[in-house]
Amino acid sequence: MDAHNVQGDLPQLAPARHTHDHHPHPELDAGPPLAHDADALIGARSLWLTRSGRAILQGVDIDISSGEILTLIGPNGAGKTTLVRVLLGLEPPDQGTIQRKPGLIVGYVPQRFEVDRAIPLTVARFVELGRRAEPEEIERVLADVGAGKLGDRQLSELSGGELQRAVLARALIGSPGVLVLDEPVRGIDYAGEAELYTLIGRLRSERGFGVLLVSHDLHVVMAQSDRVVCLNRHVCCSGVPESVAQHPEYARLFGAQAARAFALYHHHHDHRHDLAGEPQSPAGTDRSTSERA
Amino acid sequence: MSEPFLMRALLAGLGLAVIAAPLGCFVVWRRMAYYGEAVAQAGLIGIAAGLALSLNLTASVLVVTLAVSMLLVVLSRQQLVPFDSLLGLLAHAALAIGVILASLVRGPQLDLMAFLFGDIFAISATDLKWIYVGGALALAALVYVWRPLLSLSVHEDLAAAEGTQVERVKFIFVLVLALVVAIAIKIVGVLLTIAFLIMPAAAARPLSETPEQMALFAAIFGSLSVALGLFLSVSLDTPGGPSIVLMLALFFVAAILPTVLRGRR
Repeated sequence: MDAHNVQGDLPQLAPARHTHDHHPHPELDAGPPLAHDADALIGARSLWLTRSGRAILQGVDIDISSGEILTLIGPNGAGKTTLVRVLLGLEPPDQGTIQRKPGLIVGYVPQRFEVDRAIPLTVARFVELGRRAEPEEIERVLADVGAGKLGDRQLSELSGGELQRAVLARALIGSPGVLVLDEPVRGIDYAGEAELYTLIGRLRSERGFGVLLVSHDLHVVMAQSDRVVCLNRHVCCSGVPESVAQHPEYARLFGAQAARAFALYHHHHDHRHDLAGEPQSPAGTDRSTSERA
Repeated sequence: MSEPFLMRALLAGLGLAVIAAPLGCFVVWRRMAYYGEAVAQAGLIGIAAGLALSLNLTASVLVVTLAVSMLLVVLSRQQLVPFDSLLGLLAHAALAIGVILASLVRGPQLDLMAFLFGDIFAISATDLKWIYVGGALALAALVYVWRPLLSLSVHEDLAAAEGTQVERVKFIFVLVLALVVAIAIKIVGVLLTIAFLIMPAAAARPLSETPEQMALFAAIFGSLSVALGLFLSVSLDTPGGPSIVLMLALFFVAAILPTVLRGRR
């Protein structure tokens, strides 16, 4: 299995009808598949995937850039988790290409993490089970996620929030270039959720890795997001959080109430770009990260 | 313990205990007890074929356990019948076929008991070679895949995303399991082989803080059970394999009892 450099079918192999002639947003269409952005950490072009006769991904283009927090939102069944799995190389797409920066180390926080009590495992051991690490590094990543005292505890004894931190610590081993978090807040309360996103934002600032964050709720993540991609099997809209929240497609997917509620959460940002500057062309034009201190 | 057959029985049992301990831990962690049971029961077909063709029985059993393992890899990809049902189906179909084949080969006076429950006192010098050479090979392979296998047993997707060669590692594990099952059948029979794998590991779990500790405790429990079981067998003239398994069960009860009495853990 060559999970680290997946090259699927060539984009031009996609049938002509796949170039979105039925796409509800022709103005966002980039036409034929774009070339890969050489600077992207992980980039995908024209991903198509059908499972059991159900189209799950329909021509998805996405790029994760260095240093940015890219949030993927979308309703249930929009294909968010499938897209993440395809980007990670866990599932091959039917069509489309995925390109990874050579030598990229990926830190992954899966959606569901159930501890198997049959396996005796300390937190420290769990953290370095995927990528080997010296004791100093294990201590450092545990301290980074605020779990400095958990190293000797059994994994099976952790609370939901502690377990979340342990999984995040494991993702940080080996200085990853990109962190992929699939709804990392399941099973922790609202305060824990906000705290986790703040933590991810801080780590990103300190370490400069790119982040792909999957969320079902734009409001709680928007303060930490540089760019938002709204997915509903295809990319509906993308851009800075404010512009996505005001996009008609977002209101259609999440309901007018969600769009109104958004105003309550609205933070002030000094971003200069708008949706027009971010039309499904993730070719690295959006470099908003430097604006966020 | 001066009798050579007794010495061979002890050497065979101790060898198997050491090999089975780490492998048994993975069978427990990966919830493959029923899988192992199916592979072991299919071993009876190998015994029958070996008897019919006058082959080395461990070799002919090994061919069958490997073949069944491959078959299960293929069958696990279908989803129409739940995998555990499929394993139960396969285990008992194999047992029926094995018993029928064996009785066709040897007639009704065949000593089925020896194959179902093993005949540790009939272990030959050749059998010992199988146990120690095959066992060393199995242990070496297990050490080689230890870390990735442990990682994917904890969380398969996470391991795969980190670059673990999941399918390859799982395949090696399945081959090692087939090899050890084939070795064990001569000693404890097709019906008790899986007990010999999972019981020491289960007994070791409450006492262990790390995976390696669990394998070590399992080896200790397994070895003690072999020694005590053989002693019981010789003293009371009870069958060897079941006597060892009885000791394993007692160790498990003793190990789990404090936890149960204390309440949940």
